[in-house]
Formats: sequence, C-alpha cells, structure tokens
Amino acid sequence: MIGAIILTSVLAFLAWLFMTMGSGNLLYLWDLKEIYAGIFFSVVTGVVAGRFVKGKDWRMLNPARWFLFAAYLIGPFFIAMAKANFDVAYRVITGKIRPGIVRIRPNLKTDLGITMLANSITLTPGTLSVDVDENSGDLFVHWINVKNGAEEKDICDYKLVCGKFPDWIRRIAE
Amino acid sequence: MIPECVIYLFLGIGLFFNFMGSIGLMRMPDIYTRLHAATKCTTFGSIFTSLAVIIYGILWWYDGHSSYAPLATHTIVALAAILVTNPTGAHAIARASHRAGVKPERAVVDRLEEVKLP
Amino acid sequence: MSDMSTIFLITGTLLLAYMLIGLLRLALGPTVGDRVVALDTINTLVVAGMILLGAAFKEIIYIDVAIVYALLSFIGTLYIAKYMEGGM
Repeated sequence: MIGAIILTSVLAFLAWLFMTMGSGNLLYLWDLKEIYAGIFFSVVTGVVAGRFVKGKDWRMLNPARWFLFAAYLIGPFFIAMAKANFDVAYRVITGKIRPGIVRIRPNLKTDLGITMLANSITLTPGTLSVDVDENSGDLFVHWINVKNGAEEKDICDYKLVCGKFPDWIRRIAE
Repeated sequence: MIPECVIYLFLGIGLFFNFMGSIGLMRMPDIYTRLHAATKCTTFGSIFTSLAVIIYGILWWYDGHSSYAPLATHTIVALAAILVTNPTGAHAIARASHRAGVKPERAVVDRLEEVKLP
Repeated sequence: MSDMSTIFLITGTLLLAYMLIGLLRLALGPTVGDRVVALDTINTLVVAGMILLGAAFKEIIYIDVAIVYALLSFIGTLYIAKYMEGGM
C-alpha cells in the first residue's frame, strides 16, 4: 500500500519534470518554483491514485528490463514495423489478399506479456490480434496473407506469424 | 542544411503513409483488412510527422530559444500516447465486431468461430 | 535554424484532406464496425495534424490539446466497442 503510493508519486514527479523541461535555469532546464509545485502535486496524485495500483508484481522496476525494452523497440520492432507498412502499401495498391484467422500459442504467462505481444502483433507485417483465450493464453490472429498449408493445422506455429517476438517479450516481461 | 532535408524527408514519408492508410480504408473489402490498413499506416505516418516536429523543436532549443523546449517534450508524450492507444483500440474494434457476428470476407480459415469464448 | 512554418502548415492541410477520405467511409460504411474504424483513423489524423499545426503557429497549447484528445478518443473507441459487443 505505502509502496504503491511512493511509486505513483515518483512516477508522477518524473512526468512533471519531463513536461516542464526548459522552464528555467536550474541545471539549465528547470525553474525552482516548478520543482516545488511538482513535489506538491505529485504527492497529492500519489495519495489519491495510489490505492488503484493493485499489482503485487514489482519485476518491471529492474532497470535491465528497461534497457532490454528500449533495445527491442529500436531494433527488431521498428524494422518489422517498417516492413509491415511497405507490405500494407503493396496490398492496398494491388489488392492481393488471402485473409484468415489462425490460432497461435505463445506460452506467455503474465497479463503484461500478453498485452505487449498483442500490440506488437497488431503493428507488424500482415497480422492483427482479434481475441485472446484467457485460460491458456492463446491468441487469435487475423492474417492478411495466410501462407499455403498454415490453415490446416489446428494451432499454428508462432514463428510463422510473429517471428522471435515471444522470445524477446519473455525476456523483458517474465 | 542537412537537418532541414531530414525534416522534409520525414514529412514526406509521413504524408505518404497517412495517404496509404486513407486509401486502404476505401479500397479494402471488409472491416478486418480495413483495420490492417488504417491502424498500421496511420500509426507509422504519425510517428514520422511527429519526429519531424521533435527535430524542429530540438534544433530551435539548441539555438538558444528555450521556449521551444516544450514543443519537443510534449510532442514526445503525444507520440507515446498514440503508440500505446492505437493498436489497443484496433484490437478492441476487431474483437467487438467478431463477437457481434461480422465474418471475415474471403477467409480461407476462421479458427475463432470454432471455439466459444466466454 | 530557419523558419519552416509554411511547410508544416501545408502538411497539416494535406492531413485535413485525408480526413475527408475517412469521412466518406464514415458515411458509406455498411456496418457499425466500419464506421468506428473510420472514426479511429480520423482521430489519429487529427492528433497528428494538431501537432503539425502547433509547430506551424508556434503554439505549445495545441500539443497539450493533442495529448488530451488522443487519450479521450481512445476511451471513446473503447466505449463504442463495448457497446457493439453487447456489454452495455
């Protein structure tokens, strides 16, 4: 409880510092009045909103995971996203599609991991996550160009749909 | 001169992909393929137009106009908001329309129809 | 660094023209879902256009409005999706 309040206050104060950057001369970036006001408002925010933080899972506070997440965003994710956009532009112009909804089993346990994977799948080549089976963690993915033979298997191999993303996300979030 | 060329290039890329997203909205046959075009292309295009604004703000800030600093930092926050909310919204629309009974057109396989989720 | 307001203004105006294409799908769309997709696209374009106009007119407040608009339009999309599912 007290940990959640402190965490919310610190995050709110960091957001305040980021938003008021360039307002004065303290460290060439901030005005002292802004810092006082930021401390006051972030403590108020923490006391009011801290009770809504229900999680007991503190593993995302490890800085190594943040660096891994940044590396994931800049490296494989951005490349896949650029490829996705040329792919979609090609399909918009030519109109060649072969759509279908397949089922994949990424074997991720936590909610955060499944959320990150679903968002990554939506922004990468030719795939869009439609629904999730909450008991087994299976994702149902709308695939704009189903590869020949992939529609016959009951559970599709995830390497065909989203490459190595589940392995990265397992390292980041679990 | 080089930073201005980068800004022009980013604005051009952003305009091209936003245009592809809008055209895809008209050309694709059903709602799921339209979501593909609309979500991916407009997110990617908005990233590039916003990056152009961020570079512009940082360059003015570097020249000593500190009133331009919020132009860069606030744009980064808006970009983060777009990046988080856009795919989540697309997922919500796709799931809701499948549960409302809209079938994917010309589909070769539909595994979601075979299982009954709560 | 030279003044580049004109090019930002032109880009923002072109985004406004793309919104008209989305508006056409909003009017035509055969199902409710198609209209929501069109609305979502228009919202993203509005946010991107507001950022560009903020740079063109050198008004920071436009970008603050864009942040709030992005978050509120997301909540609106979620509510319409929930309504389509039949949960309300």
